[in-house]
Amino acid sequence: MNSAEVLIIDDEVQIRKLLEITLESNGYRVNEAATAKEGLILAANHPPDLIILDLGLPDENGQEVLQKLRQWYDKPVLILSVQSDEENIIRALDHGANDYLIKPFRTGELLARIRSALRISLPVDTESAIEAGDLEINLSTRVVRKNDVPVKLTATEYALLSLLAKNEGKVLTHQFLLRQVWGPGYITQSQYLRVFVAQLRKKIEADANKPRHILTESGVGYRFVSES
Amino acid sequence: MSRQFNMAGLQLSRINRRDQYGYSILAVALVAATCYSLSTILPYRVTALILLVTVSLIAMFFDIAPVMLAAVLSALVWDYFFIPPHFTLSIRDSEDALMLLMYFLVATVNAVLTYKIRLVEKNAMREEGRANTITLYNTLLNSLSHELRTPISAIIGASDNLSEPQKLTEKNKADLVGEISKASFRLNQQVENLLNMSRLESGVIHPHLNWCDISELIYSAVNKLEPELKLHTVRVNVPEKFPLFKLDFGLMERAIFNLVNNSAVYTPAGANITISARQGREVGPDSVIQAVVNELILAVEDNGPGFPKDEVNRVFEKFYRLQNSRTGGTGLGLSIVKGFVEAHHGSIHLENLPGGGAKFTLTIPAEISHPNQLENE
Repeated sequence: MNSAEVLIIDDEVQIRKLLEITLESNGYRVNEAATAKEGLILAANHPPDLIILDLGLPDENGQEVLQKLRQWYDKPVLILSVQSDEENIIRALDHGANDYLIKPFRTGELLARIRSALRISLPVDTESAIEAGDLEINLSTRVVRKNDVPVKLTATEYALLSLLAKNEGKVLTHQFLLRQVWGPGYITQSQYLRVFVAQLRKKIEADANKPRHILTESGVGYRFVSES
Repeated sequence: MSRQFNMAGLQLSRINRRDQYGYSILAVALVAATCYSLSTILPYRVTALILLVTVSLIAMFFDIAPVMLAAVLSALVWDYFFIPPHFTLSIRDSEDALMLLMYFLVATVNAVLTYKIRLVEKNAMREEGRANTITLYNTLLNSLSHELRTPISAIIGASDNLSEPQKLTEKNKADLVGEISKASFRLNQQVENLLNMSRLESGVIHPHLNWCDISELIYSAVNKLEPELKLHTVRVNVPEKFPLFKLDFGLMERAIFNLVNNSAVYTPAGANITISARQGREVGPDSVIQAVVNELILAVEDNGPGFPKDEVNRVFEKFYRLQNSRTGGTGLGLSIVKGFVEAHHGSIHLENLPGGGAKFTLTIPAEISHPNQLENE
């Protein structure tokens, strides 16, 4: 079913082996590189559908590799790294990474992120409706239903929800959300985001305190998932 | 006592060399001027003793070179201004010449001896520090080797068994895989603690302050502990219309996570854990609340056994574990909480509740934003 090709750039043999088994047993074709140099050459010679990039490469900083890739490669790049500090994550996302997964990771989570990244890279059909478990977001009529009951949302709440839902599975940074929903002048006004996420959760989540759709990524941003 | 004293000496010796010379000259000049103005009632040989005491005092605090300067200078000053004939370095009396020589010798010996004592004391303190470090290191190694080797043993043992699958039933296999998973998560938890501790130790933690919804913060930590809290009842009390606070979400989430995890691990099944938040208040002399202050007060309390009275003050120490503690844990969790709270310039307090159970209270100064104005835009 999936015949997408994935390029793994990671210097650890163990991680490459694990990824290879995980991905191949889920129908992906896999290519591997152990260094930044090798990875960049492989990617250029034979552009894959998705790249899994480690930040701690022996010959070059992964953040720089990411920037080099982004000069010409527009398909998803997924960062897989042991660096768990928010600054590195935000930096990678700002430099065009589609997602960020911290080692150690669960393979189920990895596969979900890959599926989501590949789906988002397809053109978005603005006429369609997004089905997310008990939620339905109709992008053309702008009507949101929870368990088939229409939910009243303000314009800002709708803008926030539809932006998150269109990027289902992907982490969106605070700054990105503030810029897209409120405008460039608001990127430091994170209090808006906090308040509207709280309001939105009260309206669309079964239990606002145990969100199943709008997930908090500590210190980084928010991620929308259809079901968790 | 001597150590206290030495500390003062060390502190003064932190005054840089050039300033020490200045202070030495100043001290000798001041004392000499005072004696000179009293020279009608003060015999000049008594002045020698006063100057000697001055040099001795300087020797207690300053490096050897400025002290030697003071010794030489005071000898010259005494000779020039006090030994007759005045205002010349020549000495009439041979007794005075002997006195001057002895003065100079005593001052020098005094300086050298004091310097040597200080050196020995400094070494002793360094030695003591090293001994403390070794004790701490041993404690760490003991708890670490247990905390890390247990899950590693489980992983190696389970994978060895799985490498001969023909000997195993399906249920055995599933159990072994479960063990590997559990052990890996425990290992990861310990590594996380160690990393946080070393971040705190190296002083690289600078909170990234951002507006936080306290309810979201608490639930974010609690939801991550769902498996550990299966047998507990968790209550969260956050007031309606609670303001946003400017905090580091990640650090505070980890602090709450560690506190709640600590309660979950050390209270029996069925225990209650309550997490509550409120804004700090200033209380007047007649215990009338005067005004709210920019301060978040977070409390995590349980109805478990509480902490032994004499250990309440020690639980935040690094690697400290209760005397009769069950196995598991490196004694890092609570000291990390303390470290993260202090990184916010806040404080942590532990008390046993009158009805049994423990209560941790975090008091964190933070900027506040009232969200009411933002709603319905």
